[in-house]
Amino acid sequence: MEQQIVKIKNKKGVRVIPGFGFSMGITLFMLSVLVLIPLASILISTAQLDLKDFIDIVTSRQIVSGYVVSLSCSFIAALVNAVFGLMLAWVIVRYDFPGRRLMDGLIELPFALPTAVAGISLTYLYSDQGWIGSIFAKAGIKIAYTRIGITIAMIFVGIPFVVRSLQPVLEKLDRQYEEAALMLGAGRTRTFFRVILPELFPALLAGFGLAFARGIGEYGSVVFIAGNIPYKTQIAPLLIMTKLEQYKYADATACALVLLLISFLLMLVINSVQLHMQKFSKC
Amino acid sequence: MRKFKENVCLSVLSACLLAGILTGCGKGADTSSGDNTTVELLNVSYDPTREFYAAYNELFHEYWKEKTGQDVTVTQSHGGSGSQARSVIEGNEADVVTLALAHDITAIEEAGMIQSGWAEEFDKDSSPYTSTIVFLVRKGNEKNIQDWNDLIRDDVAVITPNPKTSGAACWGFLAAWAYQQEQDGQDSAATQEFMKKLYQNVLVLDSGARGSTNTFVENGQGDVLIAWENEAYLSMQEYPDQYEIITPSISILAQPSVAVVDENAESHGTPEAASAYLEYLYSEEAQRLAAENYYRPSNEDILREFSDQFDLDMNLVTIEDFGGWNEAYKTFFEDGAIFDQIYGE
Repeated sequence: MEQQIVKIKNKKGVRVIPGFGFSMGITLFMLSVLVLIPLASILISTAQLDLKDFIDIVTSRQIVSGYVVSLSCSFIAALVNAVFGLMLAWVIVRYDFPGRRLMDGLIELPFALPTAVAGISLTYLYSDQGWIGSIFAKAGIKIAYTRIGITIAMIFVGIPFVVRSLQPVLEKLDRQYEEAALMLGAGRTRTFFRVILPELFPALLAGFGLAFARGIGEYGSVVFIAGNIPYKTQIAPLLIMTKLEQYKYADATACALVLLLISFLLMLVINSVQLHMQKFSKC
Repeated sequence: MRKFKENVCLSVLSACLLAGILTGCGKGADTSSGDNTTVELLNVSYDPTREFYAAYNELFHEYWKEKTGQDVTVTQSHGGSGSQARSVIEGNEADVVTLALAHDITAIEEAGMIQSGWAEEFDKDSSPYTSTIVFLVRKGNEKNIQDWNDLIRDDVAVITPNPKTSGAACWGFLAAWAYQQEQDGQDSAATQEFMKKLYQNVLVLDSGARGSTNTFVENGQGDVLIAWENEAYLSMQEYPDQYEIITPSISILAQPSVAVVDENAESHGTPEAASAYLEYLYSEEAQRLAAENYYRPSNEDILREFSDQFDLDMNLVTIEDFGGWNEAYKTFFEDGAIFDQIYGE
């Protein structure tokens, strides 16, 4: 990619697209206004607390249970999304059927739909009085107002990340590899696991990571379906909101900081795995 | 090297320019004052007052037009009482606040935006209407829920919001507490045990009163909703023949409070209109309107007119029995206080 960018110059050695300086300025400004300054303000606001208070707050039982609920549910949701997102992307890219483009568009709906709307309709469907929930209720399984419900809401908001990360890679994936593998005697399973999956894995991992991170921070769609019972179904973002409503800004930002660190670590791990794999595959 | 410097200069310049444009936009919105024929007010209120203030705003519009010749437009904002107060502190330009708890208005006062002594500014501790906490049950009351002690039975599922975020939930909590104190002869440990059982029966702990009503009404969860009296009547009105209101033997006199946000009203040049807006809530017309919207009027004569609508024989404790809001909040709802202890072990 880098080589390509450098080559977009005409004979005079000037880039075709004007104004590196101008566009870089806008980029820097937007990045700092939208990302860096808000994040820095979390740090500053948390800095009002001394270390002991900070640790006391973020390790209190209720907060820790909030992290556990958010992390475990979003992890499971991301796993489910990885599996089903792969299938969805596969179907959309590899097969041609009527309604394919519609299906392709529908995948993005969770991005576009206000999360509160998603939360309310999911709750309505999955409560033990709802269409889907009542079927499960007969089998004695409660979905809404349990961690299963939380996971379902997170699956809903996370699925486009996986599909959209995989699609371009799948489109570029040369079918000749598969044909070669089959002709050389590999079975279907082996072709999938040894030929296709390694090519897709970095994108799959990226999608998984994004879906996971989104789930950890998800508030709007989850609060409605969660039940919000302390120690059972209270998610971390709700606890942050609760702190705010009690006018405890420093406490809230302390919890937010931990959430931020978790997401950051997650992205770091995933990116380094990807980097490692790219180096590995180039050798 | 020169090229690089040029680029840096351009970067900085464009960033500044963009910053200028954006802040400029912010200022543009502020230039709508100085017109004497219209006045705009923003009323930041809590969840269940939507319908009442929609009607009251029209009433006030007529009154103010007649008195001063000005057209007054009132914009309303609704949400959980606590988060509404927070939005005002953080810069929501409210001229008046009409919130569920005096505690939330005190928070705005502590931020320096409302002068102290606001509670004496209007009659009846600045509570033009009151309400109370009742039970809403499904038609037929199959579980036979009559009083607070029925809520701790194993077969009863309760819906109520979280007191940390909802005014209604605080009032409900205190009402249950007052009931059990009476039963236990003021033994706090035993009452706390009772409250623990009650909250173990809570199925969904929404963050606001409207959220709980939706959970109970739309999603069909739980057997009983601990609700604002007016909210319960609204549900009855919307779904006739599906619900019943049960009044417990003891409940609490919930006094939603109102105040002018002095700092904002002064900078908007609207202190007279804002003050009149709240003052007029005490007029007979407005008091009747409140009663029609199922708020108990603070004017006792008018309250009696509606005696077939409200159960006037209820035994109502007040927040003073708990030592005032700040005291009550510290004892019950602060982090680590009784509410947290109930869920603690």
